[in-house]
Amino acid sequence: MKRRDFMQLSGMGLGAMMLPNIPVMGRSVAPEALLDGGVDVAVKKRLADAALNAAKSKGATYTDVRIGRYLNQFVVTREDKVQNIVNTESYGVGVRVIANGCWGFAAIVDAKTEADTARAAEEAVAIAKANARLMKQPVQLAPQKGYGEVSWKAPIQRNAFEVPIQEKVDLLLGVNDAALKNGANYVNSVLFMVNEQKYFASTDGSYIDQDIHRIWPIFAVTTIDPKTGKFETRQALSAPVGMGYEYLQTNPKDKITGITTRYNKGYDMLEDVIAAAKQTKEKLAAKSVEAGKYDLILDPSHLWLTIHESVGHPLELDRVLGYEANFAGTSFATLDKWQSKNFNYGSKEVNLFADKTQVGSLGAVGWDDEGVQTKKWDLVKDGTLVNYQAIRDQVHIIGEKESQGCCYADSWGTVQFQRMANVSLAAGKTPLSVSEMIKDVKKGIYIIGDGSFSIDQQRYNFQFGGQLYYEIKDGQIAGMLKDVAYQSNTQEFWNSCVKVCDERDYRLGGSFFDGKGQPQQVSAVSHGSSTARFNGVNVINTARKI
Amino acid sequence: MSVILTEAEAKALLQKVLSYSKADECEVNLLGETRGNLRYARNEVSTSGALTNKNLAVQSAFGKKVGVATIDEFDDASIEKVVRRSEELAKLAPENPEYMGVLEPQQYIKSDGYFESTASVTPDKRADAVAKSLALSSDKKLTAAGFLEDAKGFTALMNSKGLFAYYRNTNVNFSLTVRTDDGTGSGYVAKGYNDFSKLDTAAATKIAVQKSLGSVGAKALEPGKYTVILEPTAAAVLVENIFFGMDARSADEGRSFFSKPGGKTKLGEKIVDERVTFYSDPTHPDLPAAAWSGDGQPQGKMLWIDKGVVKNLTYSRFWAQKKGVKPVPGPNNMIMAGGTATLDEMIKSTKRGILVTKLWYIRSVDPQTLLLTGLTRDGTFYIEDGKIKYPIKNFRFNESPIIMLNNLETLGIPERVVSTETNQNYILPPMKIREFTFSSLSDAV
Repeated sequence: MKRRDFMQLSGMGLGAMMLPNIPVMGRSVAPEALLDGGVDVAVKKRLADAALNAAKSKGATYTDVRIGRYLNQFVVTREDKVQNIVNTESYGVGVRVIANGCWGFAAIVDAKTEADTARAAEEAVAIAKANARLMKQPVQLAPQKGYGEVSWKAPIQRNAFEVPIQEKVDLLLGVNDAALKNGANYVNSVLFMVNEQKYFASTDGSYIDQDIHRIWPIFAVTTIDPKTGKFETRQALSAPVGMGYEYLQTNPKDKITGITTRYNKGYDMLEDVIAAAKQTKEKLAAKSVEAGKYDLILDPSHLWLTIHESVGHPLELDRVLGYEANFAGTSFATLDKWQSKNFNYGSKEVNLFADKTQVGSLGAVGWDDEGVQTKKWDLVKDGTLVNYQAIRDQVHIIGEKESQGCCYADSWGTVQFQRMANVSLAAGKTPLSVSEMIKDVKKGIYIIGDGSFSIDQQRYNFQFGGQLYYEIKDGQIAGMLKDVAYQSNTQEFWNSCVKVCDERDYRLGGSFFDGKGQPQQVSAVSHGSSTARFNGVNVINTARKI
Repeated sequence: MSVILTEAEAKALLQKVLSYSKADECEVNLLGETRGNLRYARNEVSTSGALTNKNLAVQSAFGKKVGVATIDEFDDASIEKVVRRSEELAKLAPENPEYMGVLEPQQYIKSDGYFESTASVTPDKRADAVAKSLALSSDKKLTAAGFLEDAKGFTALMNSKGLFAYYRNTNVNFSLTVRTDDGTGSGYVAKGYNDFSKLDTAAATKIAVQKSLGSVGAKALEPGKYTVILEPTAAAVLVENIFFGMDARSADEGRSFFSKPGGKTKLGEKIVDERVTFYSDPTHPDLPAAAWSGDGQPQGKMLWIDKGVVKNLTYSRFWAQKKGVKPVPGPNNMIMAGGTATLDEMIKSTKRGILVTKLWYIRSVDPQTLLLTGLTRDGTFYIEDGKIKYPIKNFRFNESPIIMLNNLETLGIPERVVSTETNQNYILPPMKIREFTFSSLSDAV
């Protein structure tokens, strides 16, 4: 459950909605509580076995148990103040069963005894049995071998939860100070840190213990023109990543220099905020874009979101089949298009792949939330649609024998379902740098950073903004633009992709809070690409007078 | 003991918590809730579940040094531990210049959102309600995907100055998308209530079925400016963006739609048509809400926009003191006054226009003008000479709810509505708007 769900329950919706929308479930705890090891793995096995046995005795034919401890730390500052330091811990058990051919799920907070986990199992079976009359076909689960007792840990170098709060506060206040010294009126900065300690057990014979870390440093700089009252903001060019605090160590090899510096596996927050403060002033003075067709050069810090919305989501098999029709929507990428083996999702330059093993990515885990070992697979090969993302109860529909391992639940309290793997655009095979790419563009716009985004429920029509827009005239960057958004159609857009820079430019962007499902769950997912060129895309002007 | 405590049980527990406190000030928040849901798609159940949750949060303060600790266990030893922990954290914390101290006891008006009909829902009752819906869609070559969720819970607050507040609430939300089997038509309905007995899944399903069948064979219209009639479900996701931006501090700082050059704000100014009035009221019978905000401030009926004029912005206690005004907590519900026209009458009086039943994927494009983008979805219809002529293909729009409410033609009869973007419930009328800006076509159904 996210914050707003509870707030609605308590009738406090609007007040809460006016606060920054941080979807988080959990109770606040002392920082040191984030460092204790949680429940011992032997205890977790005992608790899980109690649930597996209870479900079986009530008639379940399949059961999985997730005992989860979810830790969050958010450090929130503005200008010279620490607004909030939030430490939350959420611990509980979620039990999923198949009984009478139907799924059932129940979750209980603070489940620390075998009686608790058994109760959740019994409740899940009761729900499955109550709902079985609404089933037409029993659930068909792809076979999965058990792995025994195994574990996986994110390969982090410095656990962000072990870094003293003072060091984090000093970093953010230093960032804020630099923004103000460089002319910004306001600056907000936040460090999000997440640790998922997940234990999975199933009747297939797996007992999987995993430790997952994510971090996201962000800021927003605002500068106001006192004469006109107009304001401009520039957000951080950081990416949320599946790394530890080492992401905040700056390293020259992780910097991509150019019209503005962008970052790969190490983020220089101080350098970026100084650039941001200066760029907000430039944005206030920038030329308002003339609407029309432009060739777009899209930086990975921007393109990740277009990949996410126009490739990641439409190629989720549950959407294709209609399981998300009532909320997130369906997909234009229907099964007949995939079966034809000649559906041109994009141009020949376009190779898109799913990968749950990519090191440092948000989606990287050893096993997914239904005990399937993760892997990498192709979605679009040389422009042609070749596959989807699917989990155990749907993968038979696309003729696969085993799940692709992309099942996820955002909490012990929510049921696992198909979630997007890291979906990325493969780097170009021919050596090509960004400056070489720009050299050939007559009339274009170079877009850096993600901004406003919206796409229809079948993923055809989309509109995206960014953080920084540079006009390209006759192969040269001519200056900054503002009020830019581009609109296109997914298939048209990916077929207008004419070039992708080589792997020297390959970087990950990502979403920390991707929403899907009812009740809505969030998921964190990365998307990699190199800078890419798209010809003749429709650009609109977003300025309005009131 | 159930996780849903009565007022007396909550009071006794909170008094016990406070009896352990040694801090200058202490404030305790308590909650308990249970939720159940049934999700279905492709005319059959998919995933469904239940959740039980409880929490106790203790905030201790020494001067302006504040610490918070929480716990899920309510035995004496655990309670004492959580109080000591919050005190230790407070002693270690830096001073928070914006900490305002706990409030004196307050008087709250009575409001109640709890209905036994909802509190007693079982998995079987949920399945019955959905079975009624499925029966109507599956025998018409239609494919249904829906979601039914019910919840019961309470929140309570007590502080060391003797303030006590308690509220319990139930809620049920039902939403349904019905698509034709060939994927050329789609219709939607969403209903929200506190009282489960008011939910008629069959009646709701008929609305979605009618829209689904009626939207088959959509024609493409040129994008551009059109008169639109927004059903409440479509209007909600646009106007809620006005409510979310009503923070006085952002306005004073010059970085909100409500800012004016020179550090001034639009408070007291007419910003939309004079027929537009928004207010919050915890005692509204169709949308009850807690009569207190999270920090214990009382909530009564409050005008936000009255006859087009901005009457109030929200002021935190800190910002109010700094500005020398009364604090204004964010509202717990929102109601828009309407007119007397029925939807049919609004269509009848339309020469040429578009009926929009739902909007989707609303995102801010420019916070300065509140410009939003998004798309129509699940049933969009062309109106000519007072009649619905034919379904049309979906549009992307780029429009500001402020510009829109200045181009107001007619307001209809308000009803309770669920935002498809935020799940918030409001009371809003359907509205007819001229010159609404559609910027491109979408192939999505």
